[in-house]
Amino acid sequence: MDPQTLLYAESHEWVHAGDDGVATIGISAHAVEALTDLVYMELPDVGTAVSAGDSFGVVESVKATSDLFCPVDGEVIEANTGLPDNLEILSEDPYEKGWIIKVKMSGTDALSNLMNYEAYEKMNADGH
Amino acid sequence: MSSVEQLMKTPLHQWHVSNNGRMVDFAGWSMPVQYSSIVDEHHQTRNAVGMFDVSHMGRLFFSGANVGEFLDSLTTRRVAGVETGKVRYSLMAKEDGCILDDVLVYLLPDANGNPFHMMVVNASNREKIVNWINSHIPSDSDIVLEDKTASSAMIAVQGPKANAVVAGLAGINPDDLGYYTGTTSTVCGVEAIVSRTGYTGEDGCELIVESEHAEKIWLAVHEAASAVGGGASGLAARDTLRLEAAMPLYGHELSETTNVAQTGLRFAVQMKDRTFIGKDAILAGRKDESLPVRIGLQLDGKRVAREEADILDPDSGKIGTVTSGTFSPTLQKSISMGYIKREHSAAGTKIVIDIRGRHYDAVVVELPFYDRNNK
Repeated sequence: MDPQTLLYAESHEWVHAGDDGVATIGISAHAVEALTDLVYMELPDVGTAVSAGDSFGVVESVKATSDLFCPVDGEVIEANTGLPDNLEILSEDPYEKGWIIKVKMSGTDALSNLMNYEAYEKMNADGH
Repeated sequence: MSSVEQLMKTPLHQWHVSNNGRMVDFAGWSMPVQYSSIVDEHHQTRNAVGMFDVSHMGRLFFSGANVGEFLDSLTTRRVAGVETGKVRYSLMAKEDGCILDDVLVYLLPDANGNPFHMMVVNASNREKIVNWINSHIPSDSDIVLEDKTASSAMIAVQGPKANAVVAGLAGINPDDLGYYTGTTSTVCGVEAIVSRTGYTGEDGCELIVESEHAEKIWLAVHEAASAVGGGASGLAARDTLRLEAAMPLYGHELSETTNVAQTGLRFAVQMKDRTFIGKDAILAGRKDESLPVRIGLQLDGKRVAREEADILDPDSGKIGTVTSGTFSPTLQKSISMGYIKREHSAAGTKIVIDIRGRHYDAVVVELPFYDRNNK
């Protein structure tokens, strides 16, 4: 996916909102670089109900445990189960092979709280 | 939180910034937590040389009569009457036997061969310890404490190739010093305290020099280290290295509510024929079966149990608390230290750790996790 066409949360998750109402969610290259030394990722079960702002999983690095926050409302319909034991994929291809979950959205209200690529890049440049 | 402008800076601060150091507030100092990958900086220390700016550590120098006897009254380990050249790890306790700091006490020869005492204390405890020591100097004593933290730098050079790297630049080969001894020598022609000490579980040495010479020496050591596969390592790697070696960290395994007896640091406590602040309470702590004790834990899987995670017995509920944890780069295992009720502290005991509401199986293991002499 082209990072310039995605939406971003302040907590560095990206969202691709498909026309079919399915949101594909991952974490940005900026987040992967900031975390460094990733060890493990815990994913939600398929069928888990999620709300925007909820933690849907965690990523474990040598230094810290970080929550993954869901940017949309809905139900998890797929998780990238090959990812937790191959986290180098996140560094190599965070916007394609590094997708984390897919959520069947129950509504699109939460999307309006997200940033476009330019706004997200500006936030990072400002040092957040 | 203090703002970045208010943080203290070491003489090597500009080098860290220029070399991609990720600077964080550590006990009021702007320090590099990492330059690139924590894991790479960890491995270079285990396999070659890691060099660490540890100038934030407090460096206290003493003058006057009977300094050794005076310090001995404040330390859990005997530091009076030791041979010149010795460096001793010790704890400093309050009357209640709980820990003010863990320190290194040095009795070293100066450039003229005259012995002097110094102490290295944790950055977070420096002011507290300076006040504690000053408040205990007897009124009829001429002992003076001089805090030279701001006017000097301290560089730890650690790893299997560390001493060879320093030997090429110094007036002494650190390998010729006994383990945990030191002397006044030179590095790059400049007077330096060289001691065979460290906090990584590797052999190596630490250099203390006046601030104005710090960058020159850092650059020279860095060049020599780089030539043998080493380089600068940040405080995050220092933390994973010390944790694998099961060295306690103040604020985690050690605190003002932890009795010395709980730590298991028996080598750092000497009771016989001496008295020191906290002695009676530490003796009582040894006998108090209700006090939890320090243990190592290894988790199944890759989740990491970090500070404040509860340790549970499947039958009886909470039996302890995690104080430090990481995913060990050397062992490729999730490891933690913590305190646990004594009846659960035997190696091999299976326990459960609550990590943010979910339960993970773990087992009590012998410390250290990593021993360079017994790989």
